[in-house]
Amino acid sequence: MAIDFSKEVDYVARLARLTLDSEEKELMAGQLSDILDTARRIQELDTTAVEPTSHVVNLPAVLREDVTMPSLTLNRVLQNAPRRQKQFFRVPSIAGLNSEEVEE
Amino acid sequence: MKIYEQTAANLSKLLQNKEVSSVEVVQSFLDRIELIEPYLKSFITHTPAMALDMASTVDNRRAGGEKLHPLAGVPIAIKDNISTRGLRTTCASRILENYIPPYDATVVETLKQVGMPLLGKTNMDEFAMGSSTENSAFYPSRNPWNLERVPGGSSGGSAVAVSSGMAPLALGSDTGGSIRQPASLCGLTGLRPTYGRVSRYGLIAFASSLDQIGTISLTALDSAMLMNVISGYDLLDSTTLSEPVPDYTIFLDEGIKKLKVGVIKENVSEDFDPEVTAAVMKNIALLKESGAEVDEVSLPLTDYGLGAYYLIAPSEASSNLGRYDGVRYGFNAGGESIDDMFSATRGRGFGPEVKRRIMIGTYALSAGYFDAYYLQAMKVRTMIRREYEAAFKRFDILVGATTPTPAFKIDEKIDDPLQMYLSDICNITDSLAGVPSLSIPSGISSGGLPMGMQLTASPLKEGLLLKVAGFLERERGHLPLRPKVKLPEGGEV
Repeated sequence: MAIDFSKEVDYVARLARLTLDSEEKELMAGQLSDILDTARRIQELDTTAVEPTSHVVNLPAVLREDVTMPSLTLNRVLQNAPRRQKQFFRVPSIAGLNSEEVEE
Repeated sequence: MKIYEQTAANLSKLLQNKEVSSVEVVQSFLDRIELIEPYLKSFITHTPAMALDMASTVDNRRAGGEKLHPLAGVPIAIKDNISTRGLRTTCASRILENYIPPYDATVVETLKQVGMPLLGKTNMDEFAMGSSTENSAFYPSRNPWNLERVPGGSSGGSAVAVSSGMAPLALGSDTGGSIRQPASLCGLTGLRPTYGRVSRYGLIAFASSLDQIGTISLTALDSAMLMNVISGYDLLDSTTLSEPVPDYTIFLDEGIKKLKVGVIKENVSEDFDPEVTAAVMKNIALLKESGAEVDEVSLPLTDYGLGAYYLIAPSEASSNLGRYDGVRYGFNAGGESIDDMFSATRGRGFGPEVKRRIMIGTYALSAGYFDAYYLQAMKVRTMIRREYEAAFKRFDILVGATTPTPAFKIDEKIDDPLQMYLSDICNITDSLAGVPSLSIPSGISSGGLPMGMQLTASPLKEGLLLKVAGFLERERGHLPLRPKVKLPEGGEV
């Protein structure tokens, strides 16, 4: 049974912070429905008592001494920032304030 | 034989015997690039000055009597999802079009220490999601065997460069077949090492539990030489394995008597192009004649691998790609609120396939669906691992086709994502199991296209895979496979 994905597309796109135009949404609904139909075949398998594999390497937690090591300079960390102010990444207001109020 | 037609191993010899200089070697590849790259589009960024600079440093050191690494002075091309300090690294995405990494990936640092000149950064499917390089935000690469066909993907640019003599070696990355499938479609040797054998530090993440850097080369020996350079534990990647790295080249001359070979029934399927299966069977017959013990093995969970993979990989991708939000690096679309900025940046910065995978992954991880999709997929992954473990109790290696068909046409599958995904059907379960997997050329189709055969071994048995590959090369005696590149305006180069 195919899933009608059109209702889900808006919700999932919002969760993923992804703006999609109406044409993309329509195309996506059909394609995701096809892909998930195939993917859902794994639900035929009985996995009772099977442990999930999140990782093929079963490593213990990797620990090291708590000592400082050289890291990137601030300038190199910030070199790709699309918007930068002094030693900060600059973003639009996140607290409902307009940008002038937080300017300096 | 021209310099650019030599294998990496031969170039290594010529350089060590001082029959050629590294500058001459690099120049030969740069000339070849100038001639055919406009038709093939295998690179995103060219680095001729860097390459010549490294070459001349190596030449000076050699002239000074220094003992150098065997690959010193042998140039290489690197997939554009592997970070290179100070050199644009795009992942073939608009969102990273102008991204300049502030550090080198561990493998890049190692190549520099060895003295391998970098010829450029190769084209790929955006964020390594795809099987044809058609998902590159910039342009598709073309298969040197037939310019109307895809080279495979996602490491398609790396495969094109090696196949057409624009680089003797290349690095790729393989999440669900992205080294093996293009190697197969371009007539090359492509190795996906055991998960954790090669550091992923600086490899831009797609699906972290599956991503692995590996080699694309003309021969098994070339692959072994490059594996000697890139393998090993890395403090900066806590998933790397600490087991000692063998000299992979020593396996190449060993015989294969009594080798237990399992032919995977599902990977020599009746649904495949019959020529592909016939080529695999011919190679298997050769192994049998030479004393290998061959039997058939069924891995029924192969049919469920695609489903598990297309839940696990997109789920991890949806999380990994959360970092592209226009704040710290990459494209920024602006916006009134921070949410608008995030959504617009991602909506405009990512291409269609990347968006599709983010959507699948976000859906599979979302409340109410997690158990039925992601958790179930991880359990199926455990079952697949067990199926491999059982198979490796009976067999030393498992074999089958690398791809169901030779290279398909450009535009043939781009509008049908599911058909595109199916071109990796033979590659996916090895990735899920985390085992090493090697694609080698199996023959040429009646249509003049290369076909591939995939060899799989238990973890850390890369040497065994290379041994079988080396044996088949010697027995068949026609490697490396080189296409004549037919130019659209006529003529062959």
